[in-house]
Amino acid sequence: MKAFDYARATDLSDAIGASGCLIAGGTNLLDLMKLEVETPSALVDITRIGLNEIVPEGDGLRIGALVTNAACAADPAVRRGWPLLSRAILAGASPQLRNKATTAGNLCQRTRCSYFMDNRSACNKRQPGSGCAAIGGINRNHAILGTSDACIATYPGDMAVALAALGAQVEIEGPGGTRHIPVADFHRLPGEDPSRDNVLEVGEVITAVLLPAPVEARQIYRKVRDRASYAFALVSVAAVLRMQDGAIAQAKLAFGGVAHKPWIDPRVDSLLVGETPSKALFDKAADLLLEGAEGQGGNDFKIPLARRTLAAVLAEATAE
Amino acid sequence: MAQSPAARIAVNGVTYEFDGDVRRSLLDFLRRDLGLTGTKKGCDHGQCGACTVMVNGRRINSCLSLAVMHDGDEVTTIEGLGAADNLSALQKAFVSHDGFQCGYCTPGQICSAAAMMEEIREGWPSFASEDVAGRVHLDDEEIRERMSGNLCRCGAYANILTAIKEVMESGAKP
Repeated sequence: MKAFDYARATDLSDAIGASGCLIAGGTNLLDLMKLEVETPSALVDITRIGLNEIVPEGDGLRIGALVTNAACAADPAVRRGWPLLSRAILAGASPQLRNKATTAGNLCQRTRCSYFMDNRSACNKRQPGSGCAAIGGINRNHAILGTSDACIATYPGDMAVALAALGAQVEIEGPGGTRHIPVADFHRLPGEDPSRDNVLEVGEVITAVLLPAPVEARQIYRKVRDRASYAFALVSVAAVLRMQDGAIAQAKLAFGGVAHKPWIDPRVDSLLVGETPSKALFDKAADLLLEGAEGQGGNDFKIPLARRTLAAVLAEATAE
Repeated sequence: MAQSPAARIAVNGVTYEFDGDVRRSLLDFLRRDLGLTGTKKGCDHGQCGACTVMVNGRRINSCLSLAVMHDGDEVTTIEGLGAADNLSALQKAFVSHDGFQCGYCTPGQICSAAAMMEEIREGWPSFASEDVAGRVHLDDEEIRERMSGNLCRCGAYANILTAIKEVMESGAKP
């Protein structure tokens, strides 16, 4: 690990505009620092600045940026009103990691592309302009939607997939003030500049995630992975779906493991609403979702896997 | 903002001052600086769980945590749970059920299990829970899922499960 200066922030103002790299749980950052994929010259420890409570806000919830994943998943209000969020968090990592990892850190976690994590490999995300060793390499875990010639990495998390389906917002404080953006718009597609995972600007700090009022709907998170536990998603589907009089009255879907961000496709949600559930309908939804999907060889299986996972989730969500 | 502050860290009830290299992990602090070698270094990347300790009662991977960030924290290691002449209930159960072969993962397994029992007591759900909003219905699947952050390359999982269940069912202090 490269040497760095360490400073301990005492309040949020120390973190906003800080010249160092912010560290809280550190479960991803320190791993990458050991690999010297991340080499910050200074760390600012923000674990003592508060932002670690879950409180009601309107009919929704404010989840502080530094609430641990474990605390969020175990929170009685989250479990009652937004069980999808608990379920998705509990699908990720291990209990030890969830006890350290924070809400904001989880959003900012980096891809687990093995070429990104190996300094000897070409990687446009780690070293812009060096190429992408995953294209034509071992790419079993890589993206099938929204890729570019520069990067086919996936966003690895589960929590953000649930938050995208729930319509949550990220609250961001910066030197210029506060802004709110939907979680679904927080992460970027790689395009020409895969080095940027998300839309955070230099000096900005995530202060909270805001959940809208709970909806009376079925909430499902299904994650398909290589092991039964403690593995990243090959494909995951988060669904918030409400039935009325035998038809789908409301549908919000988000997909993990398939793209550089939690993937949402409002056309798929619209296609489902007002329709009576059937295998033909689920096929049409999958066709639309995957019409632009592209395999890279090793991950070709993700296309039929996403189709089947979507069908399974829709069948479960619409069952009598 | 405090530049390069030191840290006062309580380990198994004794408070130590840490003023070393800020790169030092909590794991290396415990093993190298304090000589508490019960906590093991396996992967050093948060994947195996051999380095599991409790910080303020919660289990974490001590390899993925900087010692300097633990100012004011209370750390419990395997040495704080039991000793050779005074084994804890979990240690006794691991011995009596052969919950290990080489033993390298065992301190992490036991620290993890002790903290897991507290999580269950507080009603935390897991991915194996049928209803995350409901009461925890404890079965083998629940324990396996909750212990998934601790790998055992000897594959002693079946006996680890038996040992943990015995202590949980007895209601003994872990």
